[in-house]
Parts: sequence; structure tokens; C-alpha cells
Amino acid sequence: METRSWVREGLRAIAGGIFAVGLAITNLPLLAMSLVALALSPVPFLGLALLPWATNLVRMRANLERRLAARAGIAIDCPYEPPPARALPGGWKRFRWIATDPATWRDLAWLLPGALVGFVLGLLAVVIPLYGVEGVSLLPLWLYLSVDWYGYGVFWPIANFSEAMLSMPQGVLFLALGLGAAPWLLEVNAQFARIFLAPTKAAKLRLRVAQLTVTRADTVDAQAAELRRIERDLHDGAQARLVSLGMTIGLAEEMIERDPAAARKLLAEAREASGTALLELRSLVRGIHPPVLAERGLDGAVRALAMSLPLRVTVEMELPGRPETPVESAAYFATAEALANVVRHSKARTVQIYVQHVDDLLLMTVSDDGIGGADPARGTGLRGIGRRLAAFDGTMSVSSPPGGPTVVTMELPCVLSSPKTSPSSGTG
Amino acid sequence: MRVVLAEDLALLRDGLTRLLEAFDFEVVEAVDNGPALLPALIKHRPDVAVVDVRLPPTFTDEGLQAAIAARIAIPGLPVLVLSQHVEPLYARELLSDRKGGVGYLLKDRISNVAQFVDAVRRVADGGTAMDPEVVSQLLARREPLAVLTTREREVLGEMAEGRSNAAIAAKLFVTEKAVSKHINNIFTKLGMPPSDDDNRRVLAVLTYLNG
Repeated sequence: METRSWVREGLRAIAGGIFAVGLAITNLPLLAMSLVALALSPVPFLGLALLPWATNLVRMRANLERRLAARAGIAIDCPYEPPPARALPGGWKRFRWIATDPATWRDLAWLLPGALVGFVLGLLAVVIPLYGVEGVSLLPLWLYLSVDWYGYGVFWPIANFSEAMLSMPQGVLFLALGLGAAPWLLEVNAQFARIFLAPTKAAKLRLRVAQLTVTRADTVDAQAAELRRIERDLHDGAQARLVSLGMTIGLAEEMIERDPAAARKLLAEAREASGTALLELRSLVRGIHPPVLAERGLDGAVRALAMSLPLRVTVEMELPGRPETPVESAAYFATAEALANVVRHSKARTVQIYVQHVDDLLLMTVSDDGIGGADPARGTGLRGIGRRLAAFDGTMSVSSPPGGPTVVTMELPCVLSSPKTSPSSGTG
Repeated sequence: MRVVLAEDLALLRDGLTRLLEAFDFEVVEAVDNGPALLPALIKHRPDVAVVDVRLPPTFTDEGLQAAIAARIAIPGLPVLVLSQHVEPLYARELLSDRKGGVGYLLKDRISNVAQFVDAVRRVADGGTAMDPEVVSQLLARREPLAVLTTREREVLGEMAEGRSNAAIAAKLFVTEKAVSKHINNIFTKLGMPPSDDDNRRVLAVLTYLNG
């Protein structure tokens, strides 16, 4: 098993090497094109359109390199500035956006050295195992027998029959070497690409600011909408009921002497109205911050939630403490939304919730045995989870092939406080 | 009957004291925080404790924790827990020692004074008083209950809330004999061992629903 995966990885890397050689060659026309576009940029009209167009192609190539690097295990973030609003193709705004982005020039600087390194390393990744194949297939033997002058490995030229036979074990060695070295060669290539293609420190900060701006706007919007909803619920619900309650009691007060029986009826009505007001307040509170979350933290709140669902839920928690309240709340509501999605869409019979805290990361997984096919691009529920988590730099990913199972994985960076009191929960 | 009360809001504490005393209970001590509750219970050994879940100093669930701790210190101590919200999870924890004498009600229920006082008495007698909201949540998530008829499910719900046969009969306007017939059917269908003792039967039902 171990060897098989090792061989598979090697073969994949060799294929990657062939690919890298081909791609390295494409760098050259791209470079020539960019240089021409650059030289022509003072030409009116044409110049403004040409450079962004050429840069676009270079960026596609660079992004492909980033993707390949990610497959080789080297993560390279995309460094480009987002395009300006209302930038027309061929316009000055667009030209300036391209020309002032340092990533444009770093991409350009990478094209030639990247091509050289990619070509050489890619070729090595292919040639070494190929040489091994030559030896293993005893090709040197046949060549030696027919042309009388041939060499392989350490024997140049091959002097006798047994040396020709020895090409086989040597070939096996070369093949093993090639298979082992190919992934490493691709990794080195990716490392080299990273020097040019990764965002600079300034670009990283700029990207972070852009991301924070988006998530902050989302959070503020969501919060404002939430407050509006609460205001409306209070205004139309509990508040209105308390007004009517006061009126009913006032009326009963008036009637208590004249018609005690009617007054008693009114008081009974008032009591019922107070019950309804409380019911509404309770459901409102649950939506803002569930009391059980305040009392028991994520562990208890998720368990309580699990108990209220009409399917079989197993909950596994490995939390040595509690996260900050806002993070805890986001984690809870994200899990609740994921579970609500399961109940609404999945037709699942069982759900597993797994929560753990590893390396300052709160990891929450909700998996069900339902019909699958969940798509975050379509479901507002799943998108809402993503937004909720993004406010805390958290992420969500969904794996849901048609036919199931669906696994929603949520991550939230956070530290845990040490537990104040450990509630002796006797639940299983 | 002697009562120890734990409630942090002065308005509610005084109101509850007044209400209980109007129905011939004697409130021997009314505490306003969690840490004071356990010593008060051990000192007075009341007939029943009426406890708010959320109490100072942490305003989480120390009322509940103190109640559970008290029942470990004084096994079978009747405790009626009150809260602004109810969770089947908490009900399960309260019931886990299977000793009876447990109540868990929304504070809203106090406004129906007669029923509330009845619940306090029932708990003091070793019975159970479970909030209808807890019971409905428990009933909603149990698939095997589909084998029961509507009437049987009604009876099961009333039983889970802690009512005796007589009380169920009165509430559903049927004879006591009809109620015990329904109960027999329920126990047979759900495969629970029958029992003549009201309190033990209620506990069996709640244990089943909590399972």
C-alpha cells in the first residue's frame, strides 16, 4: 500500500514534469507579447488596450502556475489588486490598475527565469525515469548486440554481455530514483515560482484590508438587519401585548365592583395574554442569544439543540474551555444553521456533530447520511453560515456529492479560556 | 409545609413568598444567590425547595447545579426548578438520579396560581411536575410514538407532566377507568414494564422519553 501510493505519486509528478516543460515553453511567447505590448503602450488607444490584454494572459498563466504549486504542496496566494469599479476595457483606469500593481511586474520578471527553471526541472523529472525504463527493458542489450558499441549507466561503452545484462538492475535504480525525485523536483520548481508569484508583504496587507472591508460591511449589514428584526418583533409582539394587557387590567379594575364575574373573566384573559407575551419574548431571546448557550457554552447548547431535532444526532465535543462570547455565538449559530439545513433539505436519518479545538482553531463538522447535493452557491442558509464565520476569519466548506453524504466543515480561529466552573453534566 | 426559596430578583422573590404563604406554605429561608442555597437546604431540610436556574454570581445555571448537588447531599430532597426557558437537557439532568420529587417549570406557569401550587405540593410529595413545553419537545422527537393513538399520546403527555390518573381523567373529561386502560395500552405498545405506583410510572415515562 505504502509503495503503491509512493509509485502513484511519482507517476503523477512525472506527468506534472511533462506538463511543466510544455508550460515553460509557453512563457516565451507570453514574454515576447508583453514586451511588445509594453513598447506599444505610448501609442494612442491601442497602447491602453494592449497591455491589460497581454497582462491578462500572463496572469492566467501565472494563476495556473499557482494552482500547480498548490498541488505540489506549496501554497501561493493570488497577489492581484481587485479591479477598480466601472473600468472600461481599453480605458485609462484599467491601464493604470494593471500598470501600478507590482504583481504585474513581478509576473513579468518571472516569465524568463520561471521558464528556464521549469524546463530544466520538468525535463529532469521525465528523463531520469525514462532512462530507467530504457535499462529495465534491456534496450542496451539489444543495441549492444546489434551495433556493438553502446553504453548504459556506469558502463561506457558496454564491454561484454554480462555488462549489458547489468543495465536492468541499474535501470531499476534509475526508475526508483526518478519516481522518488519527480515530486521533489516539482516542489523545487514551485518554491522558485513562489519567489516571484507570491504576494509581497505590502500586497498581502492590501489583500487583507480588502477582505476585512468586505467582511466588516457584511457584518454591519447583518447586524443592522438583525436589530431591525428585533425592533419589529418587539414592537408588534411583546410591546403590543403589554399595551393590551394594561388595557384589559384597567378595564377589569373598572368593572370589579359593578360586575365581578366579567372582571374575573377579563383578568383570566390578561393572564393568558401575559403568557403569550412571555412566549414571544422567549423565542426572540433564543434567536438573539440562546440562554442555554450563556449557561452551558457551546457544548451544552449544541447538545440541547441536538435533543430538539427530530432525527438521531450524535454529538462529540472536545473543548477544554470556552471561546470568547462573540465567537462562541457565531459557532453556535453556524452549527444551528447547518443542522437546520440538514432537517430542511437532506432527508437524513442520522447526523453527527463533531467539535474540537486544535492549534487555536475551532473545528466543527456536521455530517449527515442524507441525499446530498447541497450547494453553497444556491442555498442562502449555507451562504449565511459562511458570512457569519467570515466576520471572525472563519471558513466553511461543503462536501455534498449527489446521493450523499453531506459534510459541512467549519473552522474558526480562536483561543479558549480555561473553564471557570465545570458543570457536572450527567448526560451522555 | 416548609419551603426554601432561591430567586435573585427581589420582586419575584417577594411575590413567590407571598403566594406560597397565602397557600399555607412556610418559607423558612429565601436566598438570592447560588452559593447560599446549598447550606440553607442542608440547614433547614425543607419539604420542598423552589429554585431559579439562573442565579448570581455567574448568572449561568448555578441554581440547577445547586439543586443537583443538594439532591446528592440529601437524596430525594424535593426540588422544583423554575426558569425563563426550559431545556429537555436540563430535565434529563434533574431526573438522572431517578428518585422523583422533581419539578421543572417555566416561570410563566406561576401565573396560573392553582396549578402552580398543585405542582409544588406534588413535588413535595415525591411526585413530578414537568413543564408542558419540555414534554411536547420530548414527544416531538420520538418516532416510535407513531404507534400510539392521538388520545394515547395525550394521556402520555399528561403523564409525563406528572399528573395522576385522577387528574388526567379530570383534565381530559373521561373516567379514571378509561385512563388506566389507555395507560395499559401505552405501556404495552412501548414495551415498558407496568407499575401501579403513580410516581414511579411517571418517572418511567420520562426516562423512556429522555432515552
